Amino acid sequence: MTGGGYAVAATDDAGSADVHGPGTTTVTVTIRDSRFHPTRIRAREGTQVRFVVRNEDPIAHEMVVGPESVHARHAEGTEAAHPPGPGELSLGPGPTGATVYDFDRVDTLRTVCHLPRHEDYGMVGGVEVVARPD
Amino acid sequence: MPSARSDRPSSVRRGPRTRLGQVAAAIGAAGASLVLGAGPVLACGGLVGENGTVSLVRTTTLAAYHDGVERYVTSFEFTGEGEEVGSLVPLPDVPTEVERGGDWTLQRLQQEIADDEQFATTADAGAAESAEVLEEVEIDALDITILRGGADEVGRWATDNGFLLTPDSPEVLRFYAERSPIFMAARFDADRAAALGQQAGDGTPIMLTIPTDEPWVPLRILGLGLDADKTVGADVFLLTEDRPQLLAGGEGLGLDRSEAADRFLLTDLRTDEGMEWVPEDMWLTYMPLEVSAGDLDYDLAISTDADAAPDVDDAGIPTRQAVPVTSSDGGGFVWWPLAVGAIAATALVAGVALVRMMTAAPVRVTTGDHR
Repeated sequence: MTGGGYAVAATDDAGSADVHGPGTTTVTVTIRDSRFHPTRIRAREGTQVRFVVRNEDPIAHEMVVGPESVHARHAEGTEAAHPPGPGELSLGPGPTGATVYDFDRVDTLRTVCHLPRHEDYGMVGGVEVVARPD
Repeated sequence: MPSARSDRPSSVRRGPRTRLGQVAAAIGAAGASLVLGAGPVLACGGLVGENGTVSLVRTTTLAAYHDGVERYVTSFEFTGEGEEVGSLVPLPDVPTEVERGGDWTLQRLQQEIADDEQFATTADAGAAESAEVLEEVEIDALDITILRGGADEVGRWATDNGFLLTPDSPEVLRFYAERSPIFMAARFDADRAAALGQQAGDGTPIMLTIPTDEPWVPLRILGLGLDADKTVGADVFLLTEDRPQLLAGGEGLGLDRSEAADRFLLTDLRTDEGMEWVPEDMWLTYMPLEVSAGDLDYDLAISTDADAAPDVDDAGIPTRQAVPVTSSDGGGFVWWPLAVGAIAATALVAGVALVRMMTAAPVRVTTGDHR
């Protein structure tokens, strides 16, 4: 899937072999039973992903994507909710929100809900950023 | 102690449908102990702190089924730890009465088993609409709310009312809401507790009167909010008109007593507040629960009808996971696993037949009015 406008990529629940990008793409993530669906996605370096996150649970959640330094900061943070920002999204029970993140280098990043005990419960996903094809 | 009943009076009446209504043992407060915005309290069972940590309190609950009515007695314990904690308890049906329970029913039941060696070694172990509020009752420092709604609605209500639901709660609430949309929410009012002079460890017994024919007893709820390796401990007492048949979903639920209830016990219970309904004869079942929270994915299905097996669905598990609850010596009436096995075998045969049909060559179908 190439960039230029938004496209909704179909992925299976565990993470698809589909690789997003490069360019701009939209990935819909559903939160249910305190899990991200899909759990993992793959994107090529140079891809801007617009995450549309739908919280189907009756409890609040968040989705933070980024390097481990970001997760360390959130894990020790005390903010009850995060203002909308790149790679950071807080959702109350029920609503849908969106956040954008630029995957500009080959890496493996985690998506995590840092609300108390959610990460331990398994509310962790990931983004594998692969090299742009020659 | 009485021996197993063999001379049970024939005059004892069976309920219109004698499968035990939910009994709920532990759940009571137990199950879902959830943090509120801030304040004090707890329920018997797990206590969830403001940072999401959970401390364990052993739960004791009585579920008694007589004349088609379940009386569910449990106790909510004031912890005095400065945190506000509430509980969500799934119920089999809508209660007709929510009242303060007698002060010593649960203690008397504990006393009944207190000389049991095994007990002595285990006693110290450790976007939806909001739900419909059916009833609100104040009992001492407890605010009890009976709710009707699906998992999302009940969760939304809890969130809107200051409960901080743990991350496993959506799945657990859905697990229960599929069987019954009735929940009880309980929370302590710290100011009222202080005004009443309640101290840490003081319990407030409550009794629910629930006309029902539903047979399940929620157990999984006891593990809500706990790390998978934490041990859930509970003492589940049943009083039924006949010997119950019990079905659960895994290890951890023992059957330490299954006998005609001692008449002194029943007399004692009858003298407690709200317990005058206790008849002359009942069957006592005592089941200690000791299991890691990660393995507690089942409930207890019960039938007191000799001709009716417990419903596997009421244990919240697939048939292949069903496990009869029997005593360590193999006692107990366990004919029904054969029936369950037969059902499973039938399902397997049907499944194979279906697969065969789907893979067979197409068959021409003609309608009845084909000419």
